[in-house]
Amino acid sequence: MGFKKLFNSKKILSLLAVFMLLGTSLLFAQDTESAGAAASPAADAVKDNGLATAGYYILLFLIVCFIIGIFGKILRVFDLTQQIQGKQPINWDNVMGVMCLVFLVAGAYGAYWEFTVQGRMILPDAASEHGVKWDEMFWTTTVLTMIVFVVTQILLFTFLFRYRYNKNRRGHFLPHNNTIEKVWTIAPAIVLTILVIFGFFTWQQITDNVDAKGQPASINVDITGHQFAWELRYPGKDARLGATNYKLVSGSNKLGINFKDKYSYDDLQADTMYLPVRKSVRLNIHAQDVIHSVYIPHFRVQLNAVPGLPTFFKFKPTITTAEMRIKLDKPTFEYEILCNKICGGAHYNMKKIVRVVTEAEYQAWLAQQKPYLTDAIKKDLKFAAEKQEVQSKRLALNN
Amino acid sequence: MSTLAVHDHGVAHHEDDHGHHKATFLNTYVFSMDHKMIAKQFLITGMAMAFIAMILSVLFRIQLAYPDRAFPLMETLLGRFAPGGRLDSNFYLALVTIHGTIMVFFVLTAGLSGTFANLLIPLQLGVRDMASPFMNMLSYWFFFIASVIMLSSFFIQKGPASGGWTIYPPLSALPKAMPGSGMGMTLWLISMTLFIASQLMAGINYVSTILNMRTKGMDLWKMPLSVWALFLTAVLGVLSFPVLVAGVVLLIFDRSFGTSFYLSEIVLNSSQVQPFEGGSPILFQHLFWFLGHPEVYIVIMPAMGISSEVMSVNSRKPIFGYHAMVYSLIGITVLSFIVWGHHMFVTGMNPFLGGVFMITTLIIAVPSAVKTFNWLATLWRGNIRFTSAMLFAIGMVSFFISGGLTGIFLGNAALDINLHDTYFVVAHFHLVMGSAAIFGMLAGVYHWFPKMFGRMMNERLGYLHFWLTFIGAYLVFFPMHFMGLDGVPRRYYAFTEFESMKQWLSVNTFITWAAIMSAVAQLAFLFNFVHSIFWGKKATQNPWESNTLEWTTPVEHLHGNWPGEIPTVYRWPYDYSKPGAEHDFIPQTTPLSETMSSNLPHDFEDNPIGLEEHTKWASTQKSNEEVK
Repeated sequence: MGFKKLFNSKKILSLLAVFMLLGTSLLFAQDTESAGAAASPAADAVKDNGLATAGYYILLFLIVCFIIGIFGKILRVFDLTQQIQGKQPINWDNVMGVMCLVFLVAGAYGAYWEFTVQGRMILPDAASEHGVKWDEMFWTTTVLTMIVFVVTQILLFTFLFRYRYNKNRRGHFLPHNNTIEKVWTIAPAIVLTILVIFGFFTWQQITDNVDAKGQPASINVDITGHQFAWELRYPGKDARLGATNYKLVSGSNKLGINFKDKYSYDDLQADTMYLPVRKSVRLNIHAQDVIHSVYIPHFRVQLNAVPGLPTFFKFKPTITTAEMRIKLDKPTFEYEILCNKICGGAHYNMKKIVRVVTEAEYQAWLAQQKPYLTDAIKKDLKFAAEKQEVQSKRLALNN
Repeated sequence: MSTLAVHDHGVAHHEDDHGHHKATFLNTYVFSMDHKMIAKQFLITGMAMAFIAMILSVLFRIQLAYPDRAFPLMETLLGRFAPGGRLDSNFYLALVTIHGTIMVFFVLTAGLSGTFANLLIPLQLGVRDMASPFMNMLSYWFFFIASVIMLSSFFIQKGPASGGWTIYPPLSALPKAMPGSGMGMTLWLISMTLFIASQLMAGINYVSTILNMRTKGMDLWKMPLSVWALFLTAVLGVLSFPVLVAGVVLLIFDRSFGTSFYLSEIVLNSSQVQPFEGGSPILFQHLFWFLGHPEVYIVIMPAMGISSEVMSVNSRKPIFGYHAMVYSLIGITVLSFIVWGHHMFVTGMNPFLGGVFMITTLIIAVPSAVKTFNWLATLWRGNIRFTSAMLFAIGMVSFFISGGLTGIFLGNAALDINLHDTYFVVAHFHLVMGSAAIFGMLAGVYHWFPKMFGRMMNERLGYLHFWLTFIGAYLVFFPMHFMGLDGVPRRYYAFTEFESMKQWLSVNTFITWAAIMSAVAQLAFLFNFVHSIFWGKKATQNPWESNTLEWTTPVEHLHGNWPGEIPTVYRWPYDYSKPGAEHDFIPQTTPLSETMSSNLPHDFEDNPIGLEEHTKWASTQKSNEEVK
């Protein structure tokens, strides 16, 4: 028995004593320090680096270890006296079997608690058209997997209790049973086939990039990620976004908009992403430096922003911000875009607010936005004055 | 016949050893070529790395629990990485990155496969040592150097690599993008290249040993499942690790030699246009996940094999559906090569490709389900001995179920849109490959500790360790599912910047304390491990009454494993509780002729002569009874 030697070992006991002494002296040191703190709080602030607190916790830990050790020793002594008296020693197989059952019950309650309490803290129903399909898919999968989860865990832990060791019994020699093995190969295969087909069609519908017939063409919005912010670009009256080229990026032209392209003249910049409700939106996603990811959880929208690989995501918001505030009873609620691909030190703080509004509000807001083509840029590029060829050269040299 | 030839050579070599070599400290404990010593070296290095990675995780958990509080002690310990007692946000990412890298590669790949492949392949197959002991030694030392280099990155000015363990370029390729992408990333790449070299040497060794050097009678279908799992793991590693080398080398080129394999159209700091053109960051992701996905099976398959073995021994029952278990392992091995794209559903990869990867991914759930059901059937009507190893094997099954089921969500391209890179993913893989694999590894350590060190571990402390860790792991990872369903992204330094995430701050504090509890529980294991090496109860030759060959070797280690001839194998390794047998286990070395009363027609499937003998014997028995 390992414990026996441990407790007999003078070395370890004396080591423990030294630790205890060290801990107490640290605690005393803390006391004297705090006593002195009244006199010179500034000096104390410099001195207290939390070492005393850490010492306290280490001491606490050692005490716990000591108690566990003593408890183990007592158990051992109890066990031995039982044996001396000719009684049965502690049957650890029974103890563990019962523990498994206790864990099953406690775990079941814990899981139930999690589902009811934290299950309520998850995202509300989707606020976009395809999000509804996502939710259906999600709940179908959840129900199917939870059934399997509950059944298998119950079987696992009840088997452990039911078939715990008994020296008078032998295990049931059952090397295989082809029928039952076939059943439980085919059954999950069927369930998974259903999920695959369901998932495949949901995925196809979500990633379908064609505007449906009879629907208004989608609004194009450009979103560009860079460390650590999102830039937005809305098309102006021509409803088209102008071309961009990363080589044109400069202090004044942060998106590298090609102002030779006439569609770019009226492109608008915006601080908040306003979207009209129940209008299809095509989010064109770009990145300038590293990979970012546009993630709007409430819309079930996510796609990476990859430098050199423009991507897009089409969706249709169905609930306005105002409606959502009432629905959730949170007057300050906002839809948010998060960055969901590690992109550097301030990755955790790369957000953009999305506001879903009515069509009228959207148009009113759009009218107030300023174009990217500011007077300064015009002047910079000598846009009006110079000829196009010269311009292109200058742009090239501008790198 | 080739097996026989190799076997004879082994004997000759073994005798030579005693004649010429003198066992010194250096060639016994340091540059040892003995597979058992190398296994111990892998185990102890792996454990050291695991403890380091665990401490890193506690550090970043503290940051998540108390984002607004300063811990002056942290500044004392970490210096510039925690100015004013609060973790630097870049250093937070470095902690996450190195925690992931160490756990996945250094602990669960090298620590797990390295330990148990080295220990079990020769011992369970009846081999005197690995096919190439020298390469085996080299494999350990490459791994050791890789570990040292990985850890050394904590001591450089700008800190270790911090782009996540997946090191996606351009973040990892541009030293200006974050501090960790400078020297730290270079060290990461060097370390990983050495690590892969180590894994390849090890893998080739395992495969060739298993295929060529098995003892007489040990055909493939008589191998224990642990060896099957380690074999397929090695095959997987040998085929997939080189692809990561390719990816890593191209990244080194991009970083140091001005190429643009992964870089295109990059502007730094909103105005510095970079000269890279024509590369694709997605290419790296394809190369990375071509290893990365098989890698998670490299991590979990040895744990599955070990658990199967431990559960069969301690249930005193044959593993249910041995053939199905092997075929499902083979199925997982093959399928794992064509599912990597499920890590990339939302990268902007062609949606059609996403659909295809979804189908292959969900197919891989079938063999996994078969394995789970077979484990449950193994326990059914068993006679379960609760050793510490058994408890950890059971914990592995429980985690594999809990974490595996959420894989069905994430493997679905549509659902992945909203779950990708959230805490749901963190919960999923920490359960299914983190906790499950580490439990498989711990089961292995408790089970084969007597074989490794000749002493027993303390079972009571093992129980304490199990329950604290098991409950702790569930407390840590279960709530994370719900955080993920609320759209909380992973790798966030603090949850304070978004109004919607603030409701999870208290949950984070809870998780951190659960994590600290689990971490402290590991000290029980460490104490038990170290104490038992020196003062544990002396082990008997076959403490678990197991059938496999490793328990026929003497307790005292010797080079060459068996003092005399290598035993011959006559039967499969799972004859537990066979009706009619004297004991509830029949070792593999017992010929069928010695166990006439317990033989079944099934035992003579490929052996018509034996079957004839058996029927003859059975009919005489029958007639004898009739006479009586």
